[in-house]
Amino acid sequence: MTSPSLGFRETMLLGLAGLASFIGLWSFLSVSGIVPAQFLPGPLDVASRFFDLLTAPFAGATLPAHLASSFQRYAYGVLLAAAIGVPLGLLMGFFRLLDDIVTPLFDGLRFIAPIAWVPFAALWFGTGIGGPIMIIFAGAFPPCLINAYRGARFVEPRLIEAARMLGTPSTRMILEVLLPAAVPSIIAGLRVSAGLGWQSLVGAELIVAAAGVGFMMVQAQGSVQTPTVMAGMIAIGLVGMLIDVLLRQGEGWLRRRRGLES
Amino acid sequence: MGSISFRNVDKVFGQGTGGVKALDDINLDIADKEFVAIVGPSGCGKTTCLRMVAGFEAASAGSVLVNGRPVTAPGPDRAVVFQQFALFPWKTVRENIELGLRNKNLPVGERNDLVASALKLMNLETHVEAFPHQLSGGMQQRVAIARAYVLDPEVLLMDEPFGALDAQTRVVMQEELVRLARHNPRTVLFITHAVEEAVYLADRVAIMTRRPGRIKEVLDIKAVRERENWDSHARIEDVMDLESFVHLRTHIWKSLREEKGFKDV
Repeated sequence: MTSPSLGFRETMLLGLAGLASFIGLWSFLSVSGIVPAQFLPGPLDVASRFFDLLTAPFAGATLPAHLASSFQRYAYGVLLAAAIGVPLGLLMGFFRLLDDIVTPLFDGLRFIAPIAWVPFAALWFGTGIGGPIMIIFAGAFPPCLINAYRGARFVEPRLIEAARMLGTPSTRMILEVLLPAAVPSIIAGLRVSAGLGWQSLVGAELIVAAAGVGFMMVQAQGSVQTPTVMAGMIAIGLVGMLIDVLLRQGEGWLRRRRGLES
Repeated sequence: MGSISFRNVDKVFGQGTGGVKALDDINLDIADKEFVAIVGPSGCGKTTCLRMVAGFEAASAGSVLVNGRPVTAPGPDRAVVFQQFALFPWKTVRENIELGLRNKNLPVGERNDLVASALKLMNLETHVEAFPHQLSGGMQQRVAIARAYVLDPEVLLMDEPFGALDAQTRVVMQEELVRLARHNPRTVLFITHAVEEAVYLADRVAIMTRRPGRIKEVLDIKAVRERENWDSHARIEDVMDLESFVHLRTHIWKSLREEKGFKDV
């Protein structure tokens, strides 16, 4: 069964309808009193709290300041994941021995949720910047590695043969054949990494003692300020969407550029 | 120097009882600067012969020698021209041709001279900075041939190089290859299933049986070509009209017809 494809306007309208029904149901549940306010704050309470937080500090900072602090940790974590994951993935795609050594270990480790690393992250790297970065790293690392690996491992065999026939040494093989061939796969991996890294943020900030949107939510939870917790959730969702949209644009731009060039 | 020898070569794909024998006791000697074409039915293992010389595949039994030394790995002394070109899509024409020379660590000046002469040889001077996808199939194959020639290899291995080209382009490329091969002879192992192409280009044509491939017959074309002075005709169609050419072509056709697997025209 296939559904007919819809135009841009129809798609937008359907999306808005979905959002409106969600908010409608939410309003109904909270305003009617079916769910008590301390369990489920109403949309208006949350919205007004959200806008308050843009200027009024909570737990030492305004919402934008918390977000800025979070984003810094996040950027370090994701960049570190890319800086290690992509080269390691490429090397594993080329050197069978390295593949055989790393893959079984990695296949086990990657199923451990980032949040499970919280105790050890705090123990090993402290609750300042190191611990949270490690947790974001744990979330963002696997797609970086897997996609670089797959991109390098499944390069068209003819191209590898051509390069070998031309006497290409290993370093050049990786930099000038595997890497460019793997670029689309690597970019797709980075986009997934960026999303997973952002998802790991609240977990990472459970152990932060200063600032960050996750920290703000933990503080609010402690004093049962549910609208503040939910405002934080909305902020995380919005920023996550923004990151994804921007990276999608970047990926599209890169694909078009490669379409012209390769 | 660039001789090639197949000595009692077998090739089996797969292992144990599931193994398929692709080549059976191949014996063939190609002399320095000789142009030998192998023709055969689809799947007879002719490409596998070339891939063993290139070092992409190992023989299951017997030995493949280049200049008397067993082949162990691919290398720039045995340049390959692939049917599907296998150019690096992210490299320009120049960069594609230059890679093998950079790998040889030649000084920049010498490298540029060699690239320039390879570009001139294949009439690519106006497309130096183009990317492969911007070129027609014929032009892409010119780049691939230039990339192989620039290495000055001991042997040139061509795996159905014109198979992916349209008929007109193929004719032009065949004429050019003849020009190259006669003026600057080098050892060439040329794989094709096009009989006329093999007779037109090669000094000798080896005919293979269907799988498991064996060398059925080797024909000396060069003797006929020189006796009948084919090279006095500039155009391929004039050569193909000659009685001596037709005679050889028909002989090979009949030989291949006897092989049941032969369907390609």
